[in-house]
Amino acid sequence: MMLLENIRLALSGLKSNKMRALLTMLGIIIGIASVIAIMTVGNSLTVELNKEFDSMGASNIEVIVTRKINEEDYSYDGMGMSYTTVSSYKTPTDSDYIDKDMIKEYLDTFEDKVYAISAVEDVGSTQIKDGGLYANVGIKGINYGWIHANKLEVTDGHLFADGEMRNGSRVCVVSDKLVNNLFDGDARAALGQDLHVDLNGKSYVFNIVGVYEYKQNSYYFESVSEKDISTDMYIPIRAAKSILHTSNYAQFSVIGNTGIDINQFVDDTEKYFNKYYEHNRDFEVMAYSMNSYMEDMNDMMSKLTLAISVIAGIALLVGGIGVMNIMLVSITERTREIGTRKALGAPNSSIRIQFIVESIVICLIGGLIGMLLGIGMGYAGIKIMQAEEFAVSVESILVSIGFSMGIGVFFGFYPANKAAKMDPIEALRYE
Amino acid sequence: MDKKCVISMRGIIKRFYIGTPNELTVLKGIDLDVYEGEFVAIVGASGSGKSTLMNIIGSLDRPTEGEYTLDDIDIAKAKDAELSGIRNKKIGFVFQTYNLIAKTDAMKNVEMPMLYAGKSLKERSRRAAELLELVGMQDRAHHKPEELSGGQKQRVAIARAMANDPAILLADEPTGALDSSTGRLVMDIFHKLHKEQGKTIVLITHSPELAEECERIITIKDGEITGEREGKGIVTQ
Repeated sequence: MMLLENIRLALSGLKSNKMRALLTMLGIIIGIASVIAIMTVGNSLTVELNKEFDSMGASNIEVIVTRKINEEDYSYDGMGMSYTTVSSYKTPTDSDYIDKDMIKEYLDTFEDKVYAISAVEDVGSTQIKDGGLYANVGIKGINYGWIHANKLEVTDGHLFADGEMRNGSRVCVVSDKLVNNLFDGDARAALGQDLHVDLNGKSYVFNIVGVYEYKQNSYYFESVSEKDISTDMYIPIRAAKSILHTSNYAQFSVIGNTGIDINQFVDDTEKYFNKYYEHNRDFEVMAYSMNSYMEDMNDMMSKLTLAISVIAGIALLVGGIGVMNIMLVSITERTREIGTRKALGAPNSSIRIQFIVESIVICLIGGLIGMLLGIGMGYAGIKIMQAEEFAVSVESILVSIGFSMGIGVFFGFYPANKAAKMDPIEALRYE
Repeated sequence: MDKKCVISMRGIIKRFYIGTPNELTVLKGIDLDVYEGEFVAIVGASGSGKSTLMNIIGSLDRPTEGEYTLDDIDIAKAKDAELSGIRNKKIGFVFQTYNLIAKTDAMKNVEMPMLYAGKSLKERSRRAAELLELVGMQDRAHHKPEELSGGQKQRVAIARAMANDPAILLADEPTGALDSSTGRLVMDIFHKLHKEQGKTIVLITHSPELAEECERIITIKDGEITGEREGKGIVTQ
C-alpha cells in the first residue's frame, strides 16, 4: 500500500516537472538503448551466421587430399627458413586420391559415427546454347550423401534414381533459372528434354529429370544480370567421374551422426586416412570441420558484443550519476516537505523508500524508453547491414530492466538516505 | 485536580553546542503541566526559548535533562524511531507556514499522517472527508495547495493535524502569516475544536491578543517560565 502510494507520488512528481524528468532520464535512455541495440545486432548476426554455417554443413567433416609439406621443400636462403615453390612439385594423379576401398573400410570402422558420405565432383563450367537462348552452368557430380547434406529438393520431376546413380547415367537436375532461360520457365516442358553440353572440346548429352529452385547466396553480391547467373547443374557423381576419367576422390565430406564429438572425430578421420598415405611422399589427407570455425566466430562475436556493451555500460553509469545528481537537487528543494513529513510522523525508513522508489521509477521509465529505442535502433542496424535475421535477445531486455532498476537503487540510495537522516527541526526551518 | 495530565514536564533543560565554548542553555528548568481539554497559550518574545520548548513538546527534540511525559509516554527516554510514531499518533502540528505537501491535493494532504499510521485507504478517505468538512473545506478537497488561499491552506493543515485524533494540537503561530480576518477564522476553528471535541490545544505565539483568547497563558522569558495566568477571553475591537 505504501509502495503504491510512493509510486503514485513519484509519477505525479515526474509529471509536474516533465522537462527535468526527460533530461534526467536521457542518460539512462541512451545507455540502455545502446546496450540493447548492440546486443540485438550482435545476437541477430550470430543467429544468421550460425544458420549460414549450418547450411554449409557446419557439423560435416571435410576430408581433402593435400600436398605434404616435406623438409626438402624448404630452402635455406640465409635469412631463415622460407617456404619456396619447388618446380619439382608433382601434380596429384588419380592414384594419389582416396579410393573406394579406403572409404568402404572407413565406413566399416566408424559405422556408428558416420551417417553418410557426401561427395561432389566439379566437372567444369560452360554455357549451354540452344539457338539464341543460353544458360550458364557449373556442372557438378553429386552423390546421395551430398543431396542429404545440402538438402537438395526438386520442385518438378525427381532426383536421381538408384539405377541412375549406380550406372552414372547421363541425367541431370537443373535450376529454375536455366528453365527460365531455355524453356521459357516451363518446368514441365523441360523435363525429359536433352541438354547438349560442350565441355573441354567434347560434347555430352544429359536428359533433364528434375528442376530445383535456385537460392541466391546472401553473402555474395551478384554483379551479373539475372539471365547471366551461373547455376549448378547436377549429374550423378559416376557420370562426372567417367567424364573426368577418374574413379577416386580428391575430397568429400563426412556427415556425422548427431551427438558425436565432431572435433574428436575430425582427428580420428584424419589419422585413419593418413594410414594409407604413410608411404606417399607428396600427399596426405587433411580433415577439418566448419564447427570449429563456427565456435571461433561465435566466440569472437560475443567478445565484441561484450566489449561494446561495456562502453555502453559506461554511458549508463554516467546516466546513473545524472539521476543521483537530480535526486540530490530534488531533495534539497523538498527539504521542507521532508521536515513536514517527519513532523507528521514519517519514520526515516519511509522517507528513504519514498526517494528510492522515485529514483527507481525515473530509471525504469528511462530504461523502458531506452529499450524500445534500442530495439528500433537494432532493427535499423540489421536493415542497414542487410542481414535477414532479427533476433532481440531476451536476456538483453531482462538485463536492461534489471540494470536500470539497479541503477535506481544504487544511485538513489545515497540521496534517499540523506533525506531520511535530515533533522526535522532543521528541515522545517529551511527556506 | 481530577483531570488527566497530558503534558507533564519537570526540570526540562535544553543545551546546545554541549562541550564547546559556545555552549548555550536555552531552557533552564521548565516545569509545565497541561491537562486534558485545556487551551493553553505559550507566549514569549523571540529568543525566549519558546520554539525550543515547542520542539520538545512536539517530540521533534529531546531535553538534555529533565522528565517529560506525554500522554503517559516517557519522551525523554524514547528512541528516535519511537519518536516518529509518537509524533504521528499523539501530536497534531499546525505550522505558521502551513507546510502542505505541494502538488498533492487537500484530501491527500489530510490523509498523509494516516498513511504513516498504516490506516487503510477506505478509512483514510472517510476520515479525511469528515475532517475537511469539520474545517469547512469539503468543497476544496481536490484542490492543490497552490490553488488555495492562506486561510484555506491553514484550515487544511488543521484538518491534517487532527487526522490521527492526537492527544494535543500544537500550533506554532498559526495566524502569523494571515491577515486579521482570516486569522480570526482560523482561531475560531481552534475554539470550535476545543469546545466541541474537547481537544487539548497548545498555542505558541508572540501575540498578546491571541494569547488572551486562551484559558491559560504561560509566559516564557530567557528559558524560564516567568508568569502564568488565566486568559480574558476573546478581545473584541
